[in-house]
Amino acid sequence: MVTSVSPADPEAPPGKRRGRSFRPRYPAWLVLPSLAYEVVFFLGAMAILVAFSVAKETGFNQITYGFSLDQYKAVFDPLTLSIFTRTLYMAGIGSVLTIVVGYPIAYWMARYLTTYKMLALLLIIVPFWTSFLIRTYALKIILDSQGFLSKTLGIDILYKPAAVGVGLVYNYLPLFILPVFASLERMDWSLIEAAADLTARPFRAFWDITFRLTLPGIVTGALLVFIPMTGEYIIPAILSGGKYEFVGNVIGDTFNEAQNPPFGSALAISLMIALSVFVFVYIYFATKEERFGA
Amino acid sequence: MRKVVSAKAGFTVWAVIVFGFLYLPILVMALFAFNKPSAAALANYSGTNFCSLPPDKIGNIAVWNGFTTCWFSAGLHDQTYIPAIITSAEIAAIAAVIATVLGLCAALALARMSPRARIPFDILVYLTLVVPEIVIAVASLIFFVQARVVVPIFPPLGFWTILFAQVVFNASLSMLIIRARFVGMGDTLEEAAYDLGSGPLSTFRQVTLPRLTPAIVAAALLSFTFSFDDYVVPAFVNGTTNTWPIVLYSAVRFGITPAVNALATIMLLVTALAVVVTAVVLRRSRAKTSVGAGANRGGLGALIGL
Repeated sequence: MVTSVSPADPEAPPGKRRGRSFRPRYPAWLVLPSLAYEVVFFLGAMAILVAFSVAKETGFNQITYGFSLDQYKAVFDPLTLSIFTRTLYMAGIGSVLTIVVGYPIAYWMARYLTTYKMLALLLIIVPFWTSFLIRTYALKIILDSQGFLSKTLGIDILYKPAAVGVGLVYNYLPLFILPVFASLERMDWSLIEAAADLTARPFRAFWDITFRLTLPGIVTGALLVFIPMTGEYIIPAILSGGKYEFVGNVIGDTFNEAQNPPFGSALAISLMIALSVFVFVYIYFATKEERFGA
Repeated sequence: MRKVVSAKAGFTVWAVIVFGFLYLPILVMALFAFNKPSAAALANYSGTNFCSLPPDKIGNIAVWNGFTTCWFSAGLHDQTYIPAIITSAEIAAIAAVIATVLGLCAALALARMSPRARIPFDILVYLTLVVPEIVIAVASLIFFVQARVVVPIFPPLGFWTILFAQVVFNASLSMLIIRARFVGMGDTLEEAAYDLGSGPLSTFRQVTLPRLTPAIVAAALLSFTFSFDDYVVPAFVNGTTNTWPIVLYSAVRFGITPAVNALATIMLLVTALAVVVTAVVLRRSRAKTSVGAGANRGGLGALIGL
């Protein structure tokens, strides 16, 4: 393996670019197929979702396009609002737990592992090769009130909020560890040595250097799990037995069972509005990290 | 020095606990593929092959009832699961190819574009990645139904609509993975190729493409995985088409047999084997064309786009 060819080094300092006159470029129109696809199938779908959410219901499963905020008023019904708060609250707790559980793992891999770093990375990914549904079902077997955990340790949390929390952390942990590990990998660990030489205590060095430098990674990682958690559908359905539904389940029901797409659309748009701050922060950090040569 | 060692030990203990947590459900899944029907169910059964019992007649299988291997053959001959797995694999394969080609083209164009020109596209890409899946699912459902009203040749809900909706996410993901690698490679070798009189097409074929191969393979594999394992989008836009996650979900909700565990275990082993083979092949092909292969990253790192 040739290690001396520096241009290929992904960690090459981004500052050393030459003037752009000689830069060979691929033509800009190559972006068009992808752009057209996203505009039609993503923006198009979102646009019609908005149109549905303000449409008027004229009979069973019949709608007329128009502008009516009735469906949004229905979203402010106390029951629906309580489901919204529960969803955001559970996803918030889930994300905090994911950070607490996952950050030390990413830190351990980046700081202490050398030979086995790739193996550890692989072990983080392998669970993804088993169906999400099967893993959640297996969690259900583990948490079952007749199961091992309950019989030996007396931990009986199935169909309780704690089970949903365990399911969230379990399924989203790898998604948090990977970006944080990547940002820890980019960090210059000699800064920590320098801090130690200047008599900083290890925790101080960690807090002032490692934590600060990896904060963008932590923020993007946390949002990368928080945002999808709020739209979670499978975990609450299986692990809470339908007792602690998330907004996602209610949206799904309005389309599958209640046959009330306009209300479901308004719920979906409301979820997006509630999340928009987080989405913007995520996009800001993600594009920023990219600009500085991720 | 003592302190460093003890901190490391603490982290290692935590890592062992967390990895245990990550793998316990997978071990349970594999173990319960060998689980017998409950004693009460067996007492009521008079046939020869108790693995042909339907879900509602096998009793409680969340507890260990005894060892059997017959669920593996029951699973492999199942008339619901096997066609669903094939459908899922077909959709995932086509979605992965389309997404990777779209992502590759976009990555090539965007990587060296000025930030001002590419940021709107970037925002669109990140949006497709972070919008909760349930929102994309219901939006796609309405969109596809309306599209068929307006354009009669648009396919009905089913195989193709699942594929169309999934490519949205997968194309964005592929673009990011491939672009990260493309930006990381630098443009020195392309410049050299141009200086030596190579045109855009031959530069792409002989210089850019070989060096991007690991990222392209990674993008395709990830797209395949996400598409294959996706429940939420297909659950809304499937029409009458059954995919593997859809039959799994109804099994988990309404009655499951260990045959499902057996099939999942087989698939995990097949995947592991396929990934090991891919990693070895990538490493070999890279050793051959090792010019600027970024040798500090093994095939594995490339597989997840790091």
